[in-house]
Amino acid sequence: MKKRYVKSTVATLAAVLVAIGMTACSASDKSNDASSAGTSSGEGEAPESVTVVIAGSTSVQPLSEMLAEAYMDDHPEVGIEVQGGGSGQGIKAVEEKIADFGALSRELKSEEEVVAAEQFLIAKDGIAVVVNNATELSDITVEQLKRIYTGEVANWSEVGGGDAKINVITREEGSGTRSAFGELTGVLGKDENGEERDFTIDSAIVQNSTGAVLQTVAATPDSIGFVSLGSVDDSVKVLEVEGVKASKETVVSGEYKISRPFLYICGPNLGDGARSFAEFILSGEGQAIVEDAGFIAAA
Amino acid sequence: MRIITIASEQKRRRSRSVREATIERLLFLAGIVGALSVALITVFLFASGLPAFANFGLGNFLFETRWSPTNGVYGTLALTAGTLSVTLTALVIGIPSGVACAVFLSEILPPKAARAFKFAIELLAGIPSVVYGFFGLIVVVPAVRMYILPIVRLWDPDAHTTGLSILSGAIILAVMILPTIVSLSENAISSVPEEYKEASLALGANKRQTIARVLIPAAKSGILASIILGMGRAVGETMAVLLITGNAAVMPKSLLDPVATLTGTIAMEMSYADTSHQQALFAVGVILFLIIMLLNAVAQTAAKRMGARRS
Amino acid sequence: MKDKLFYAAIWFFSILTLAALLVIVGYIMYRGASHISWEFITERPSLMGKKGGIFPIIIGTLYVTGVGLLIAAPIGITAAVYFAEYSKDGRLVRAIRVFTEALAGIPSIIVGLFGFAFFVVFLGFGWSVLSGGLSVSLMILPILIRSTEEALKTVPLSYREGSLSLGASKWETTRKVVLPCCRKGILTGLVLSMGRVVGETAVIMLTVGGALKLPVSIFDSTRTMSLHMYILAAEGISQEKAFATAALLVLIILVINGLANIIGHRIGGSNGK
Repeated sequence: MKKRYVKSTVATLAAVLVAIGMTACSASDKSNDASSAGTSSGEGEAPESVTVVIAGSTSVQPLSEMLAEAYMDDHPEVGIEVQGGGSGQGIKAVEEKIADFGALSRELKSEEEVVAAEQFLIAKDGIAVVVNNATELSDITVEQLKRIYTGEVANWSEVGGGDAKINVITREEGSGTRSAFGELTGVLGKDENGEERDFTIDSAIVQNSTGAVLQTVAATPDSIGFVSLGSVDDSVKVLEVEGVKASKETVVSGEYKISRPFLYICGPNLGDGARSFAEFILSGEGQAIVEDAGFIAAA
Repeated sequence: MRIITIASEQKRRRSRSVREATIERLLFLAGIVGALSVALITVFLFASGLPAFANFGLGNFLFETRWSPTNGVYGTLALTAGTLSVTLTALVIGIPSGVACAVFLSEILPPKAARAFKFAIELLAGIPSVVYGFFGLIVVVPAVRMYILPIVRLWDPDAHTTGLSILSGAIILAVMILPTIVSLSENAISSVPEEYKEASLALGANKRQTIARVLIPAAKSGILASIILGMGRAVGETMAVLLITGNAAVMPKSLLDPVATLTGTIAMEMSYADTSHQQALFAVGVILFLIIMLLNAVAQTAAKRMGARRS
Repeated sequence: MKDKLFYAAIWFFSILTLAALLVIVGYIMYRGASHISWEFITERPSLMGKKGGIFPIIIGTLYVTGVGLLIAAPIGITAAVYFAEYSKDGRLVRAIRVFTEALAGIPSIIVGLFGFAFFVVFLGFGWSVLSGGLSVSLMILPILIRSTEEALKTVPLSYREGSLSLGASKWETTRKVVLPCCRKGILTGLVLSMGRVVGETAVIMLTVGGALKLPVSIFDSTRTMSLHMYILAAEGISQEKAFATAALLVLIILVINGLANIIGHRIGGSNGK
């Protein structure tokens, strides 16, 4: 027993030292080798085994995972790791060289362009306006959406529904879905000084994922929310916007206004393994997977 | 011959005392790992968060109620109020349940049944907070809206709630901190020396008096420790609360109002945040950290005072 | 009358607690158990977990938990021995104690942020089992220290005095007399910690990443079952699979706790007596 305690203490200290030593090595390795291969496989010597790391928007994550799976079936030498974290995390991960691709569920902001040496539009996604199934209303205008989300209108009767208080559900600040929705409806806009403003009403319920918004809208009478079109199910009712039904066809044709892009961005010196994965996504085969996943092909 | 033996005996003693000293030093090293990690985290957190205090002004940051990063307004009072209201409500539900349950286990239930019960409670500790969150969202939130709201409306006909509220969050949090409170309090109560109990009973006190006047006071510091741990967990809980409190950054007026918490806000916004927003979130982390330190200090002082009174 | 009220309150709250447990566990089982099958446990997921099983995720869970415990347990137990048996009540020791206790209060989201910035980025471990193991070890260290220390405190002073008066050194007393008396307490701490790691989501998300492939190296990214279930449910991928994962997780905890209980009774039956 005694020996075990002494040993374990020594072993732990040794482990810490080794870890720090390895860090120093791997850190210096990385600065020399900014390319992708071997970011997470330690010694990236063997040319056959390549690891591609994708990080970022959780909305894009399921799609990335499906694409990765299909690609790895044909290219067993390539390992693709898909991580979440959010669009901002995707940018940071590329900047800090811990990921090859950053996934975004919104347009790239101008201040982020320095990070992105290249960007790939891999898919498009409509944003559906959903209400509780018990809601009578079936059509809404963009102007009404804006008034609901800014708090000018607080009762369904004011937009043609029954007499009930509206429970407004939104996404968290900075969500790709929220900013796309906000821009297209005017909830995000300029104030009298020309400053970019988010006019969303303070008392709106905030949920930070597609699933949570769906669940909340499904369970809460008189509620309204917005989610990725690809993830809508029959637990909620989808409203027509300006008389147009939200569907792949109407998004492609441009009749349905509320949509946003799914992007991959990468830093300079993209590795070959990563590049051929990007090419696969943009190919007919890759875009077919995009469609299968319920999103809209980029081309 | 004799001299040699004494010499070797001395040598043996000396080597033994060297060994003892080495061991003590090694143990000390292990002892400071925790403290060093805290120091590292603290330095890191403050270094990342302090610029935000400087940029937005300490007073604004702490006492402005609006939190609206897109508009460049970073006030955390509503978030702090949210965290405190959910935590305190959870403690109001959790402490009596937890301590009663601990007494029940250690003093009332026969040992076999108590073991099964305790086993079941410990199981609760292993359920991921996300599961609690979804359970809360699917079961507790609608229940609050459908069953609690009508009762509240008897007094206040204008009451309104979606169910995403302080109360729902607190109910789930209370359940989440129960295993901590129950199992540590139970340990504390059952490690009170048997003689205390026997002496109390021998003096003619009945079982209730013995439990309430002897056992619980004797186990107070352990019970308090369990509550501190539970409280820490409640203040720091993220994923479950995120799903059920509604996350609206407004000052709560009733238990049925939605609130945003400090942890929830960090978790939700961190991944998307740009530089100044990120600094602000780290600063929120600093506030969270300070609240927890304050609570810990208060609780520890209380524990010490109680301990002093006892002896 | 007072007695009746007192016992009524105790029964009420205890039953409330047990009911909460039964309802939550029962609900998860009701929603999830029917979707658990041999294939679910042994197959790899496809379509992001919509189809297939969770084999790599089970392995990832064990891997991260194991690494976390391997780092934290030796440090935690030795630290507790130091605090309970060796430390004198000096200013330095008191400061160290306060800091260590503070570690328990640091919210997991902050540990996660720190782990991401420090282990993942600064030390360059990437999203990996190692980064995750190190981060969760920070979370469970105070649990281990506290539970071991509490257990050490329950060993009567007379045991130590007896051993010392027989000529044993302090260390010999600690390891041969005191520690064997509190195996059960230490084990409880280990189980509690395991539960903490398995149930943690925020830290795992930020430090282990969330890759779905089978982790081999300690530098591989993976995901644990709770993170998997969070992603399944939060992104609306599959409620069914989310509940199946949760149900399986509860079952695993049941088995771990059961084992710990049995071991605890066999080796540490004399705890605190």
